[in-house]
Amino acid sequence: MLEYTLRRLGLMVLTLFGVSVAIFLLLRIVPGNIADILFDSAGLVDPAEKQKIIADLGLDQPLVTQYVRWIVGLAHGDLGYSYVSEKPVLDEILPRIPITARLAGLALLFAVCTGVPFGVISAVRQNTWLDYILRLFSLAFLSMPSFWLGLLVLMAFVNWFGILPIYDKAPQTWGALALMLGVPAATVGLRSSALIMRLTRSSMLEVLRQDYVRTARSKGLSEPAVTFIHALRNAVLPVITTIGIETAFLFGGLIVTETVFNIPGVARFLVEAIRWRDYPMVQNLVMFIAIIVVLVNLIVDLAYMFVDPRIRLRA
Amino acid sequence: MAAVLEVAGLTTVFHTRTGVVRAVQDVSFSVEAGETLAIVGESGCGKTMTALSLMRLIPTPPGQITAGTVRLAGTDLLGLSEAGMRKMRGSQIAMIFQEPMTALNPLLTIGRQIAEMVSLHENISRRAANARAVEMLQQVRIPAPERRAREYPHQMSGGMRQRAMIAMALACRPKVLIADEPTTALDVTIQAQVLDLIDDLRRELGTAVVLITHDLGVVAEVADRMIVMYAGRKVEDGRTKDLFADPCHPYLQGLLASVPRFGAAEGARLRDIPGIVPPLHDLPHGCAFAPRCACAVGACRDTVPPLEPKRPGHTAACWVT
Repeated sequence: MLEYTLRRLGLMVLTLFGVSVAIFLLLRIVPGNIADILFDSAGLVDPAEKQKIIADLGLDQPLVTQYVRWIVGLAHGDLGYSYVSEKPVLDEILPRIPITARLAGLALLFAVCTGVPFGVISAVRQNTWLDYILRLFSLAFLSMPSFWLGLLVLMAFVNWFGILPIYDKAPQTWGALALMLGVPAATVGLRSSALIMRLTRSSMLEVLRQDYVRTARSKGLSEPAVTFIHALRNAVLPVITTIGIETAFLFGGLIVTETVFNIPGVARFLVEAIRWRDYPMVQNLVMFIAIIVVLVNLIVDLAYMFVDPRIRLRA
Repeated sequence: MAAVLEVAGLTTVFHTRTGVVRAVQDVSFSVEAGETLAIVGESGCGKTMTALSLMRLIPTPPGQITAGTVRLAGTDLLGLSEAGMRKMRGSQIAMIFQEPMTALNPLLTIGRQIAEMVSLHENISRRAANARAVEMLQQVRIPAPERRAREYPHQMSGGMRQRAMIAMALACRPKVLIADEPTTALDVTIQAQVLDLIDDLRRELGTAVVLITHDLGVVAEVADRMIVMYAGRKVEDGRTKDLFADPCHPYLQGLLASVPRFGAAEGARLRDIPGIVPPLHDLPHGCAFAPRCACAVGACRDTVPPLEPKRPGHTAACWVT
């Protein structure tokens, strides 16, 4: 168990190294840098000044030097300064993290809390009208892009309730918080919820056919006991894996949703930073997201071991 | 001694796209306490469906028990509510399955799975239930039962898992134990051990055993009486000794002739039964065995033969013999 965890941690470092190289190179492949953007959009015209900016930011250095400088800084906890705001990157990112973290957490919670029960219901009531309706809805939610769904939700709220659940200032009451985070979280979580539901359903259907489920019935257990104690525990294993993968996808959905609902989180901030070619900001934000995704996957794998003795005892 | 389990006219059908499949038709038998009854027949003849019907574990729909009674110590199981039947399952009538590899839940410890059975039917503490689980593992001769109770199915061998299965089935001292091909998935040496174990426990606990098997060697070894099934119907019934010595139905005659024996003349060929079991949704009008039967006469193809006493305590359904 300990050895397994250590090996996984080692692999995590390797993954993060790969991500850092990829994001570093990708950013430099994208045409233009901060100086170009400033000169194109902000109307600066003095080429000597442009050269000075480039030299000041170290963008004229060889790529390897730039990369090493970034990583060394990162290792020392120095994330550098934003090219745009000229404030420390850490100061810019930190206040935005709780907002996105809450949103992502809520979205994931929503996805699991709706996806798993509906999947179980759908499997237990296989081929009834309830199953058909649940499957229809899940297919619909899987197919809807989140920016479109987000706009629909906004329109629906304005039209029916006369309120706009967008983030204007930090919400003061629990109700306001629930509205301002809950609605976007549900919007971004619907896709994951639909995916988890379909997966739970098919996994449940397979498990319900297993011999040990028949054994459980032959012991005189009630249907709910058979479903939840014997079937669901087994059926939930592949679902746990998906939750790990979905976390990564969630960030993609968050970028769109934070924009639609005007939420000042890290995801929207990232898009802003990419637009300005704010290298330190983008690099560090991506690294931050990568760390989260890798950590969640580690937690998922450990959870897998916790649930399944076959994996726990072999590792 | 009075029969503890009496089955009369049991009929189970499945409604499928290809039509109504008559999995079990008009099957009757009884088992006394402490007795072993074998249900014999080849694959698809309705043995397992008979067993599942007794437990009322037929998936409904598409399956349905359409007729018959199953009396367990006087109670008609088919007349009980689902909740009433749940109380009987495990406590009065228990079952062990063919595949010990897949019949135990891989995520729960053996001890927990046995204790679950006990706490479900008996009003005792969790600790007492766990203690009973260990006791049962000891009774099925699993070494180091305390340790084994904390282990998971995948940590055990096939034979040990089947023992654990038996321990679980007998944990509440059921009156009837249904063993559905309990040794088919096991090594031959383990098979004998498991059969001996079932036999010993039957004697110790006075449990009636319904042993479902296609292995005539197993039947000869442990069964007091046997019934032979073919295409969902009972075709022969009697004491094992009598049926082996003097089989009346050509099907059983064929089955016995296909078993290799010690002392047979060297180079003697084993006989087989030509053809296959007819599909259960499209049975012939008369005797279902007639198309494969060497002695079939006209009547065999027209009318299903009734079960008649052919010898004392020995009935068979055949027009010819």
